[in-house]
Amino acid sequence: MAELSSEGEPLIRLRGISRLYGSGEAEVRALDGIDLDIQKGEFVAIMGPSGSGKSTAMNVIGCLDVPTAGEYHFHGVEVANLNADQRALLRRHYLGFIFQGYNLLPRTSALHNVELPLIYKGLGRAQRHAAAIEALEKVGLAHRAHHDPSELSGGQQQRVAIARALAGNPEVILADEPTGNLDTRLSVEIMEVLKGLNENEGLTIVMVTHEADMAAFANRLIWMVDGRIESDGPTRKAA
Amino acid sequence: MLLETIRLAIQAIFRNALRSFLTVLGIVIGVGAVIAMVTIGQGSTEQVTADVEKLGSNMLMIMPGQDAMEGGPSGTVDQMFTIRMNDMIEEQLGMVDVSAPLSTARARAVFGNENRRTDIVGTDNRYFTAARWEIARGRQFDRSELQSGKPVCVIGESVRKELFGTSDPVGEVIRIKTLSCEIVGLLRSKGASTFGSDQDDFVIMPIRTFQRRIAGNTDVSLMIVSVREGVSTERAKKEIEAAMRDIRRIGRGEDDDFTVMDMKQIATMLSGITGVLTGLLSAVAAVSLLVGGIGIMNIMLVSVTERTREIGIRLAIGAQTRQVLMQFLIEAIILSLFGGLIGIVVGLGIGLAGANMLSIPFNPDPGIILMAFGFSAAVGVIFGFFPARRAARLNPIDALRHE
Repeated sequence: MAELSSEGEPLIRLRGISRLYGSGEAEVRALDGIDLDIQKGEFVAIMGPSGSGKSTAMNVIGCLDVPTAGEYHFHGVEVANLNADQRALLRRHYLGFIFQGYNLLPRTSALHNVELPLIYKGLGRAQRHAAAIEALEKVGLAHRAHHDPSELSGGQQQRVAIARALAGNPEVILADEPTGNLDTRLSVEIMEVLKGLNENEGLTIVMVTHEADMAAFANRLIWMVDGRIESDGPTRKAA
Repeated sequence: MLLETIRLAIQAIFRNALRSFLTVLGIVIGVGAVIAMVTIGQGSTEQVTADVEKLGSNMLMIMPGQDAMEGGPSGTVDQMFTIRMNDMIEEQLGMVDVSAPLSTARARAVFGNENRRTDIVGTDNRYFTAARWEIARGRQFDRSELQSGKPVCVIGESVRKELFGTSDPVGEVIRIKTLSCEIVGLLRSKGASTFGSDQDDFVIMPIRTFQRRIAGNTDVSLMIVSVREGVSTERAKKEIEAAMRDIRRIGRGEDDDFTVMDMKQIATMLSGITGVLTGLLSAVAAVSLLVGGIGIMNIMLVSVTERTREIGIRLAIGAQTRQVLMQFLIEAIILSLFGGLIGIVVGLGIGLAGANMLSIPFNPDPGIILMAFGFSAAVGVIFGFFPARRAARLNPIDALRHE
């Protein structure tokens, strides 16, 4: 894939993005004409009530889902013009995902899970191993590299998932309710890992959450209602 | 990348060890059953043919009626033969070594407290030559016994075992219907035939004795003809037919009222029967193949949710559709090949064991092996690959959320 350039453009630029499900009477407007710019290095939290479209917005940004209408420029490239394979390449080289349910491969060691994106990047075995160990070190789990997800706690599984997202050396990490299944102590732990990645490595992070405490770790808060952005501004640093 | 994909597929196979095992098992059962059944079926057909040929390719049978080959009732009462007709065949045709007249009935043979229902055969010493029976103990019939129809008999090994246990039967007297009959000889055992019928289960007496005391007529129901070495059965058959038409005074344009069968025909008839047997076995095998296939299908469909999720994960982290598909295709091919190969080994193993147990030849048919293998492989690939293909074409997010 050609190098993407973004002279003077934001990293992520949404214009009039809509996402409709179903048709006719059953039509659901999950996103209703969203405009949004995200700059490189931002840590953005998206909040909103259930069904407000925050997850859909995240999936569209992550090229996991395709908008029904509107323009989405990533690094200045119009994503609507890309086919499924090109979107896969975009995810492979620029994006990393963290899901609420971790989505690790079962019966597969933490190390293998973290190596997975690197296999698709075409790295050799030794390089892959080194990069995966490095990523696991960043989340403090190198000593658990050979354990299966079923042998790890929820917090540890989520940290493996973060390591997997990091291993591919992405520009943006997209996290969909990353602390949704964790208790407060573990949630804070995970958020501190993310915060560190944002501050020390300059990673852009977009996170969906419904917990204000977690959103407080971000620099910018977007509040969504009914598929629209209702408010957009810096988080209060009181937390 | 292909090597990497193969490695991914192998990883996935071991990761889902139980699923892989069950899939392989389904294929093994399908392929193994078909190969074992068909191999045993074909082996027994070959064995029947070989047995009949061993009986003597120079042996022919003459039976009354035209539809002996069909074996069904002819509708009309067939005109039986006579001893005289049999002797004429032997005298008139130089190529005939011996011709034995036979008449048979079912009856109970009684000795002391023991009894056995068996075949009673009326014939003469020529039968021992024509059907290749040897006397193990005692003797054949003598001239006066044959001519005056004396109550004497020669018994088969099975009758001896049942009635006499370990003691010597020669010189004892058994009762058949109202006839008290002295045993003068015992036949050497021939054992079971290919079909498992007991060839040693019969009592032989002079045909005149049989006609007078058992049947109450002068009929001969079968002639067994042994032709000299080097005479083709085709020619023998033609000459016997001509002689029989002459003896029976059948005019031009009239149909034969008898049938001459050579061993080749009998072999064909018997292979027809084993052919049906093979067909039945194959049907059973086909069901096994189907059951194995459904097993594979079930396992693959049950694991679709987990696999769909896995596909979602792979797509989300940047795998392209065709990479995911290639992995699943290779996985299905490896499992099918593996299962197929084990199935072939197991099938041939069972076939070989069965062939040894039934003492029949072991000649596996490569066509059947290929067919069974191909079918199972196709089932494995189709049901392993197509659900994966559907999943890989979803939006990654839909695949991830698959319930």
